[in-house]
Amino acid sequence: MFKFILKRLLLMIPVIIGISFVIFAIVSLTPGDPAQLILGADADPVLLQAKREEFGLNDNFFMRYIKYITGVFRGDFGKSYRTGLPVLGELLLRLPHTTIIALGGIGLSVVVGVPLGMISAIKQYSFIDYFARTLALLLTAIPVFWLGLLMLLFFVLKLRWFPATGTGSWRNYVLPVVALAASATATQTRTTRSAMLEAIRQDYVRTARAKGISEPKIMFKHVLKNSILPVITIAGMNVGVQMGGTVVIENVFNIPGMGNMLINSVRVKDIPMIVSTIIMVAFFIGVMNLIVDIIYTFVDPRLKTQYVTVKKKKDQPLIPAQEKI
Amino acid sequence: MMPMENPLLIIKDLHVSYKTDDGVIYAINGLDLVLNKGETLGLVGETGAGKTTTALSILKLLPERIGSIDSGTIQFHDERLDNAPEAKMRLIRGSQISMIFQDPMTCLNPVLTIGDQIAEVLESHCPPGTKAAEIQRKVDEIMTMVGLPPDRKEEYPHQFSGGMKQRVDIAIALACEPELLLADEPTTALDVTIQAQVLDLMRGLKDKLGTSMLLITHDLGVVAETCDRVAIIYAGEIIETGEVDDIFYLEDHHPYTKGLFGSIPSMNEKMKRLNPIAGLMPDPSIKYVGCPFADRCPHKMAICETQKPQPVVTNGHMIKCHLFSSKPAGDNK
Repeated sequence: MFKFILKRLLLMIPVIIGISFVIFAIVSLTPGDPAQLILGADADPVLLQAKREEFGLNDNFFMRYIKYITGVFRGDFGKSYRTGLPVLGELLLRLPHTTIIALGGIGLSVVVGVPLGMISAIKQYSFIDYFARTLALLLTAIPVFWLGLLMLLFFVLKLRWFPATGTGSWRNYVLPVVALAASATATQTRTTRSAMLEAIRQDYVRTARAKGISEPKIMFKHVLKNSILPVITIAGMNVGVQMGGTVVIENVFNIPGMGNMLINSVRVKDIPMIVSTIIMVAFFIGVMNLIVDIIYTFVDPRLKTQYVTVKKKKDQPLIPAQEKI
Repeated sequence: MMPMENPLLIIKDLHVSYKTDDGVIYAINGLDLVLNKGETLGLVGETGAGKTTTALSILKLLPERIGSIDSGTIQFHDERLDNAPEAKMRLIRGSQISMIFQDPMTCLNPVLTIGDQIAEVLESHCPPGTKAAEIQRKVDEIMTMVGLPPDRKEEYPHQFSGGMKQRVDIAIALACEPELLLADEPTTALDVTIQAQVLDLMRGLKDKLGTSMLLITHDLGVVAETCDRVAIIYAGEIIETGEVDDIFYLEDHHPYTKGLFGSIPSMNEKMKRLNPIAGLMPDPSIKYVGCPFADRCPHKMAICETQKPQPVVTNGHMIKCHLFSSKPAGDNK
């Protein structure tokens, strides 16, 4: 298992190099001069030239990228063009806000979506099933920024339940998390429902019924355990969607997270900031995917054999007798 | 029908249908069946004849919202099962009547250990307060009985071969020592050597526990080897039933039964081709009048198209065919 995790972490390196190169190329090769963007349209050409020299913009594109990426692997993410401060410090300052919102969104979508999908499947064609399906449809259809704005209008301006902006207390995070979780909850509900329905039709459920096991036990022990795999997959995939969603939602609620910062950086083509933020997000998603894969092996014994070292099996008799898993 | 010595299960005029999106499928059309205590009854018929549906009806495990018992009675001991509430059926399933399913590959839960899946039946039917250790001891016992090493109970189904999975199924079915075992083609998915082992095992356990068995199969060899009585099912009806010897050695048969035997390759005679029964079973979505076999029958008469044949019984050997209802049975046509 340890070997598997190490392998996966090492595999993340080429992924990060690839992603950072593509982003770096896009930001660098598209028109627009960061020096000009920072100093303004009517800036002194001498100052502009000095600024370009400072950022190293006069170098060859590949040289700049290699300089940047080797720095990254040494832990130096460069200095922000906009603020002049080290990128890493800035990122770490903002990471907690984004993490809270993204993980909160995932957590909420799982906590609401999975039980809703389960009930929906167990009571197929009932009122609650139609309700859940309609709700899921609505939540997927509503864009996150619009939902955020509506919530601002209603809960902040009208009811005055929550503060509009800032990060002071947990109350600041409620609305962004709920808004962000909406579409993820919808996919979670639908995936859980269809996975459960799929499992309910399997032969082993009929076997379980033929054993005279009570219906709730069949659902929780036999059906849920088999349908949890796609549910986890979707939760893992939602991490990526949520990270993307934070960019929007942080702007709606004016939360100083990475998404907010990314928008500001793109405006002035703050190359080290943009690429570093993307690297951070990519790393985050990669780690979440790894966690999902590890959870798989605990849920499905058939997958475990792929990751657990097979050495043990070799010196066993033909019919393994005492293997305990 | 033979004088009922000690009937355990009596099915009378059973009608079962499946209501699908494409229309109603009439799967069982007036099925009569009697199973005596301690007896093994072979239920033989081709694919789609209603064998599995019969077994599922007895346990009331027909697919929800689709399959339903429309009329007829199923009597087990003195109790009616056809209209029994779900709660009562739950207590009967697995303890008094249990079932071995057709495909051992798919009917075990892939994410639960073998031991857990066997223990589950016991947990559901043992008196409350039975200690976990006691149940585990029983699991070991039953695994040994079906020839599985008990120390493999912590393993998962994918770590077992097909034949061993079928043994697990048998262990689950027999764990509570049921009075009636419904075995739905228990050997079809297995290769021939394993088939023989599994059949031997089932026969041995049946004798040991005094279980009655309804053995569903399309393999007449299996029937000859295992069963006391045979019922031939066609289009959801029993068209012939009798002692194994009646079916295998008597002259008089339903033309369909003759057709079935005609499709077995003979080892003694030189035969170039098998004689399969021409045609297909009648469309189950149409309620037929007359004999269901009429269209494929080589001895079809005018009456077969219009009137349902009544059962003709001679010494416990029942045939449902107009060939025999017109003249006294025993007379060869």
